[in-house]
Amino acid sequence: MPRLHDASGVIDDGWTYADAPLPNQPTIVPLAALKSGGPDFDGVAPARLGVAIPNDVRTDAVAPVLPQVSLVAVDFPSFADGRGFSIARRLRAAGFDGVLRATGPVISDQFAMLLACGFDTIEIPDEIEVRQDPADWSADLERFSARYQRGYGGRASILEARRAARGG
Amino acid sequence: MYRYDEFDADLVRERVDEFRDQVRRRIDGALTEAEFKPLRLMNGLYLQLHAYMLRVAIPYGTLNSRQMRQLAMIAERWDRGYGHFTTRQNIQLNWPKLRDVPDILDALAEVEMHAIQTSGNCIRNVTSDPFAGLATDEIEDPRTTAELIRQWSTMHPEFTFLGRKFKIAVTGASHDRAAVRVHDIGIEIVRNEAGDVGYRMLVGGGLGRTPMIGKVLREFLPRQDLLPYLEAALRIYNLYGRRDNKYKARIKILVHELGIDTFREEVEAEFASLDRAIIAEDPAERARIAAYFAPPDFAELPDESKMLDAALAQDPDFATWVDQNTFPHRVPGYLAATISLKPIGGAPGDATAEQMHAMADIAEALSFDELRITHEQNVVLPHIRKDALYQVWRRLVAAGLDAPNRGLVTDIIACPGLDYCSLATARSIPVAQDIAQRFASVERQRQIGPLAIKISGCINACGHHHVGHIGILGLDKAGAESYQITLGGDPTNTAALGERTGPGFGYDQVPDVIERLVDTYIGAREEGETFLQTYRRVGMAPFKEAIYAEAA
Repeated sequence: MPRLHDASGVIDDGWTYADAPLPNQPTIVPLAALKSGGPDFDGVAPARLGVAIPNDVRTDAVAPVLPQVSLVAVDFPSFADGRGFSIARRLRAAGFDGVLRATGPVISDQFAMLLACGFDTIEIPDEIEVRQDPADWSADLERFSARYQRGYGGRASILEARRAARGG
Repeated sequence: MYRYDEFDADLVRERVDEFRDQVRRRIDGALTEAEFKPLRLMNGLYLQLHAYMLRVAIPYGTLNSRQMRQLAMIAERWDRGYGHFTTRQNIQLNWPKLRDVPDILDALAEVEMHAIQTSGNCIRNVTSDPFAGLATDEIEDPRTTAELIRQWSTMHPEFTFLGRKFKIAVTGASHDRAAVRVHDIGIEIVRNEAGDVGYRMLVGGGLGRTPMIGKVLREFLPRQDLLPYLEAALRIYNLYGRRDNKYKARIKILVHELGIDTFREEVEAEFASLDRAIIAEDPAERARIAAYFAPPDFAELPDESKMLDAALAQDPDFATWVDQNTFPHRVPGYLAATISLKPIGGAPGDATAEQMHAMADIAEALSFDELRITHEQNVVLPHIRKDALYQVWRRLVAAGLDAPNRGLVTDIIACPGLDYCSLATARSIPVAQDIAQRFASVERQRQIGPLAIKISGCINACGHHHVGHIGILGLDKAGAESYQITLGGDPTNTAALGERTGPGFGYDQVPDVIERLVDTYIGAREEGETFLQTYRRVGMAPFKEAIYAEAA
């Protein structure tokens, strides 16, 4: 079964994938379905609706649907295809404050980077899940004490720490 | 030069631990080979033809004697007693064992070095001018900017899984000695009309199978906008660069396909949308780094040195070396000198552990403890008192490091080629050796004058053949090595890509072909003209005729 991680560890997935909103469950629908709209979407609360987007879509094409959803799942077709990192940054910059989920065969070595770019949860497929120990995911999250970059989430920025050490 | 603080040191240590753990997880099966490969590449570890190869970063080519000695120790202890300096100012060890690599990385960390991002589809080691901080044509020492970028690009959470590798070079001088026009992003430190120092940003240069000269992305970027601007440019590349074909995945292809104007609009729009204050370094951080590159404690000296003059008068070999291998220093009484790693018959860019020790000893005693690696695969002693130059030279002679050929026909750039590299389609090193043998006479080399031959053993162009005055590209034609020749390439301010002469030549023919090209130049040149100038004046025709006439 796919496994869902967040910063605290492995968590239960309260969402279901479908082509249209399900009556009793929070549902993640494809971007194309959401954009074409229709009566299925009438009156669905954003809290119960998520959208799955491919990683070659322009984020300005996603922006109009963001008010309708509380979750965006960004596809990683391969762990080596890093477009999703920038998509997450852009969605956060566009003001999206719901849940950002990375879906695909990403690896534990990328966990901290994914969170830093704005993702909250990582959904890995069976093929990765069977090989990768959740303990490795937790260890990789704690591995580095700081990073050089400013303006990313998660661990402390070395530039900020140096600034603090200078007393201002 | 830059020294690690606790944060730099911790990060490098944590990275070594991470790699150790990645090796463990590969062995356990938690990571597949496909997953492990990019991780090991981002730690500088390649699997080559015969063995692993570890590429160690020498940020912007600057290192001290302690670091050079540690490289020598590593080469002796875990390798075969030598290393290979590369066109990106790094060093490669050709024979490490996988199990030793974490220990080698530990040994590097001890002297504030690492192999992080020397390979892989990420931002690579930042390169710069080997004469930084001493050249007379310099606006500002580019190493402060290069170090700032080194840190910013290290383990960047957003830009570590790019479509392809990404190379940045910085120059602070009016003469480009860092080949910034053939980098993914080239940065020139410039002064605008108001007198402010900032950056001229170039994008989309590169060699490889589709060589291109970089285009101007921004004429003047205020200095405090550097990191936000890089973030914007990298984000556009990461989002829109092609991923369907690795041979079309470099930023140069994106810039070419979109057109520089559309690409610029995208970058500028992204840049405008950023909260720059959150991303940019604070000025105190830049000042902190800059302090490490403050000039060393130079003595106040007359520019003229009687000791040097006397030595020049009595020792013609020394005089030749001084004329050929030294570079003017902005401080009176000092010179910079290039140690050529191109002895006749040697492998270009190789140095033995003993030679590394010799270079370290000389630098420590006589060059303010500093060494530079050049993209021509040589080493520079940046700050030598003219009074001490003869002593330096005699020590170089004793170490076999006195080849007086900097910039001449035997100062050849060559990639490792088929002798080491799994990508190569032909040999490079023996071709360089044969050409050097042919032109072994120092007198003849000096009569020929400045001439850069660059050899790549495959289309990926690690030997920069496209920007050689004479470029040589080794290919495989139906199982036989075939060498294509290009003429007129230039990596400097007047950057140009070489033009192909025509069909390739067999391995054995190459020295003859080069000799005929050189003879054609000698016959056609006007007073004081270099090979490149003559080529630009007379064009391809006479050269082509000289090398193909026989066959016709």
